Amino acid sequence: MITLDHVSKSYSTGAPALNDVSVHIETGEFVFIVGDSGSGKSTLIKLLLRELLPTSGTIEVNGVNVGKLKHRQIPKFRRNIGVVFQDFRLLKDRNVYENVAFAQRIVQVPGKQIKKNVPSVLSIVGLAGKYKARPKQLSGGEQQRVALARALVNNPPILLADEPTGNLDPKNSWEIMKLLEEINEKGTTVLVVTHNREIVNAMKKRVVTMNKGVIVSDQKEGSYIDEI
Amino acid sequence: MRFSTFIYTLKQGIANIFRNKWYSLASIATIGACLFMFGIFYSIVANFQYIVKEAQNGVAVTVFFDEGLSQERIAEIGSLIEARTEVDHVNFVSADEAWEGFKEEYLGEYADGFKDNPLKNSSNYEIYLRDVSMQSALVSYLESTEGIRLINKSEITAKTLTSINSLVGYVAIGIIIILLCVSVFLIANTVTIGISVRKEEINIMKYIGATDFFVRFPFVIEGILIGAFGSLVPLGIVYLIYSNVIGYVLNKFTVLSSILKFIPVNEIFHTLIPVSVCIGVGIGFIGSFTTVRKHIRV
Ligand SMILES: Nc1ncnc2c1ncn2[C@@H]1O[C@H](COP(=O)(O)OP(=O)(O)OP(=O)(O)O)[C@@H](O)[C@H]1O
Ligand SMILES: [Mg+2]
Repeated sequence: MITLDHVSKSYSTGAPALNDVSVHIETGEFVFIVGDSGSGKSTLIKLLLRELLPTSGTIEVNGVNVGKLKHRQIPKFRRNIGVVFQDFRLLKDRNVYENVAFAQRIVQVPGKQIKKNVPSVLSIVGLAGKYKARPKQLSGGEQQRVALARALVNNPPILLADEPTGNLDPKNSWEIMKLLEEINEKGTTVLVVTHNREIVNAMKKRVVTMNKGVIVSDQKEGSYIDEI
Repeated sequence: MRFSTFIYTLKQGIANIFRNKWYSLASIATIGACLFMFGIFYSIVANFQYIVKEAQNGVAVTVFFDEGLSQERIAEIGSLIEARTEVDHVNFVSADEAWEGFKEEYLGEYADGFKDNPLKNSSNYEIYLRDVSMQSALVSYLESTEGIRLINKSEITAKTLTSINSLVGYVAIGIIIILLCVSVFLIANTVTIGISVRKEEINIMKYIGATDFFVRFPFVIEGILIGAFGSLVPLGIVYLIYSNVIGYVLNKFTVLSSILKFIPVNEIFHTLIPVSVCIGVGIGFIGSFTTVRKHIRV
């Protein structure tokens, strides 16, 4: 599902953010990416979304060689990847319903279908009653659920989450992680970047640890590693 | 594209106008101001050209014949003149008619003292031209024509009218071009501000996989609508001003009404409405389309 083959990424300044990274993730896996601040986790996510191009090496996502994508093919490529960020990134001037519906409008789902799909995915994340609220009127946990609903409504085979619980309290963090696990159990490949030691240790999933742009550990049913 | 997608992006474009109320209002006002000046200017130029045209219709070349020239030759000259492309129409004035006209105009009851027609050599052709600028070509033709004694022409009027007309034309084009450039610049500015305000949203849309079209189209719709609104408001104002000013001038200066003929307001707006709306919408489209292209690299 996701393959990185000797991937390096250098920004114009400083040491490379990723240095000769190779990793393979199977369809249906649940993977945590952990590591110190600045170790290259977000860079990895951006490469998978084709927001950035690797300096060298090849990246394959969902059978697509990301480096070979033409500009006009990028939107279609991204529609197969759900994304969730630490800062939620909702459209502020639209309500919950419209935020989720937006993802469907982009892929031109017929209006009738949208009216069915949005409430159903909102009830999965437990927000069925708040579809009229604006992002400002919601708590952080609720906003992240909206973001999650938006990422899921098109049934993407892959879900990427960059510190989805970074701004949430422990209770909400757990609920979001449980939702991600449920989604994974329905067949979606899930990649979660996180600093949440407690959750990583409790969930017993595959844990990839990065340090200074290099993968330093890759454990099945692993745990959070501090310093190497 | 699905029809529902089209409707959705259309709605977003309309919503954009309200999300940026003040900027939208500012650019509607500036386009409005430009098109207002355009409307006033157009009305003035159109009326000026209309008045000049009317004046031209009064300008005629008159030819008199050699003494004792035969009726046949006179008729022949008449048909030669009529065949010229410069000529709109020709009017034959016989000696008797000329005398009648002269009597009526200058002599009144004293005319009875004359037995014979003192103007028996003054039968002539009044030649009305299509366009004053063609006068000199016709005159040189007439000069080379056998049987013509005298050509009366109004050199100064013809030249002045022609040059004033083209001067007004050039000035009009110049001012209109400046106004259009200013408007495009203003629209571009508004859309740029709109884009920078919504940079974050645009980024989010791109993450979710929105196409270039999906992100750009609402901005273009926004520009077009701003242009359309910006053209309707000044049209209304110009309409009011025009109809009132003309009524006022004709009432106040009744002398003028016999000399000056203004274009009726409906006739002006027959042209002004479609042209203004097209310019407004065109400015809106060009301004937003180019700006969006430049600023959103999706
Ligand atoms: N746009 C950029 N330009 C230059 N350098 C960058 C840019 N983005 C990231 N970097 C650098 O690349 C390295 C990796 O950054 P990255 O954001 O991937 O780290 P991270 O693992 O996500 O950290 P955190 O846990 O704090 O989010 C850092 O040294 C960072 O300073
Ligand atoms: Mg990061």
